[in-house]
Amino acid sequence: MRVAAKRAERLVNLVIALLGTRQYVSAAKIRATVPGYEPDDGTERADEAFKRMFERDKAELREIGVPLETGRTSAFDTEDGYRIARVDYELPEITLTGEEAAAVGLALRLWQSAQLAGAAQSALVKLRAAGVEVDQSRGIPIQPRLDAGEPAFEPCYAAARDRRVLSFDYRRPDADKAGRRRVQPWGLVAWHGRWYLVGHDLDRKAPRVFRVSRISGTPRASGPAGAFEPPADLDLAAVVAGQEAGEEHLVVVRARPGTAIGLRRHAESLGPAEDGDDRLQVRTTDLRVLADELAAYGADVLVEAPQSMREAVVARLTRLAAMGQPA
Amino acid sequence: MTAPSTAERLTRLLALVPYLQARPDGVRLADAAADFGVPEAQLRRDLDLLWVCGLPGHGPGDLIDLAFEGDRVRVTFTAGMVRPLRLSTDEAVALIVALRTLLELPGLAEGEAVSRALAKVSAAAGHPAEVRAPVAVSVGARDQSLAVVRDGLERRRALHLRYYVPSRDERTERTVDPMRLLLVDGHWYLEAWCRNVEGTRLFRLDRIDDVTVLDEPAAPPPEAHERDLSEGLYQPGAEEPLVRLRLARTARWVADYYPVEEQAEVSDPPGGLAVAVRTADLSWARRLVASLGGAATVDEPADLAAQVAGEARAALARYAD
Repeated sequence: MRVAAKRAERLVNLVIALLGTRQYVSAAKIRATVPGYEPDDGTERADEAFKRMFERDKAELREIGVPLETGRTSAFDTEDGYRIARVDYELPEITLTGEEAAAVGLALRLWQSAQLAGAAQSALVKLRAAGVEVDQSRGIPIQPRLDAGEPAFEPCYAAARDRRVLSFDYRRPDADKAGRRRVQPWGLVAWHGRWYLVGHDLDRKAPRVFRVSRISGTPRASGPAGAFEPPADLDLAAVVAGQEAGEEHLVVVRARPGTAIGLRRHAESLGPAEDGDDRLQVRTTDLRVLADELAAYGADVLVEAPQSMREAVVARLTRLAAMGQPA
Repeated sequence: MTAPSTAERLTRLLALVPYLQARPDGVRLADAAADFGVPEAQLRRDLDLLWVCGLPGHGPGDLIDLAFEGDRVRVTFTAGMVRPLRLSTDEAVALIVALRTLLELPGLAEGEAVSRALAKVSAAAGHPAEVRAPVAVSVGARDQSLAVVRDGLERRRALHLRYYVPSRDERTERTVDPMRLLLVDGHWYLEAWCRNVEGTRLFRLDRIDDVTVLDEPAAPPPEAHERDLSEGLYQPGAEEPLVRLRLARTARWVADYYPVEEQAEVSDPPGGLAVAVRTADLSWARRLVASLGGAATVDEPADLAAQVAGEARAALARYAD
């Protein structure tokens, strides 16, 4: 704990020192003026210890987003120095009204995954440090979870953020085995409660949409960051929606009175048929899903038109009727 | 020693002085600790550490200076730390995607305020190129009931629901005492005490056909507990029977959608999957199997298969007429 505290103290001092100067400061000067570094006693061991410590500190600062610049102030400098430009470091001015701040407070509760929930918490800390008052205790009891329970989510997100190539085993629902995919990940989309990864499939040389829950194992990022550029006009949600949407079809059915309540919730009534059944018209972009739904209503629902839907439902019922029979 | 906690503490340390600077009258230590989401003792340790940090030279005039007055603290010298660090990419994504999601959820927050907050946060996040977040969320926005349910929760009133129950294909009428709203896997749920069944229930908002706020106060009884959802929405009791299904290739998705307890690859049918689902609700199981149109067969219980087959034969008879 003692060591960790010393390190945190040194890092804060380093940030203050580099923020306080417009000049690039050499590593030697940092070593001499920022407390906590191995002093220069002329030995190689001390030099090595300082170098290792300083490298780790630079990495740590860059990790949390401190814009540490390297360069030389004048042509006479013999080595690179360091500085932090205040304009790149500081969060710009932001003022939120009470209502706007309440919206931010609510929004930040949407995340569940460790990575984004942690990021939401530290974003909140920064907004508060910028003078914004966000009261999270107020408001309605609500527990939203946008991103629960998909183990592949975080590696996919990190690869899309860093624009690194991602490989994973993916199992299509109609395939026997998982196949290896290599993808330039463009982003993740939550669509109707499911997470999808959108990207360019390097082997199929075309854009593809993957259900995150069908990725088996842990996806692996490889190669350098910034390895590709997603299309400039990319609309992630539209890519997934485009894949899901199809042409609209009209289907007419008869339902016994008082039955097929679920179907009626998305159907238009066409009035009673001569036998007392209700005639209903249903719109669908997915004939297979509707055929599944209609077959599940059994004898309560009879398809009138089109003929292809009648046949699809009869085929399902025929298979179901054979169930439990000796083959 | 772990990296995330160092990063987390460093982020907090760098934000603390600007936080105090933005509140020149000082802050109660307890409030500051709550704002940073840490125990008060941790906040004190953080302040003690900052007190010995400062500009190079570390003379008396170079160090960060804090003034403690009773249970309050304020900063009297910042050593140049006047603004918090910019938002990182993850932080900007978490904020911006969440605000965009709120915009898609009419009725949950005041839409105009969300839009303005989104514009301001995007501007403060800087670098417009980075704001093109690698995450997008599309939530079914046709849940008109959301605004009414939220109103009932806010004013702590009982609600009257007309609610569709898919497993029984029926519409029910109930009076409930609302407890909280949940967003799970893209669907909104109202958790409430249902007076009709005298139990806590989850109501999916897109299955509420009509909702009205009643004049009487919401009064969930002491035995109404919020469910722990970390194990998923559907948590069957261990005593509920297992329904064993054999899924053909085209029905394997069932294992993604429903909480299956056991699953095993099988060769009959080719590429098939044998799964076991624990449920006492056999009408739900019957509907599921029927809606799979033969792509799933029932191994257990035997009478479930017979029931599904019998219903299908009755339906075929109508087509034969």
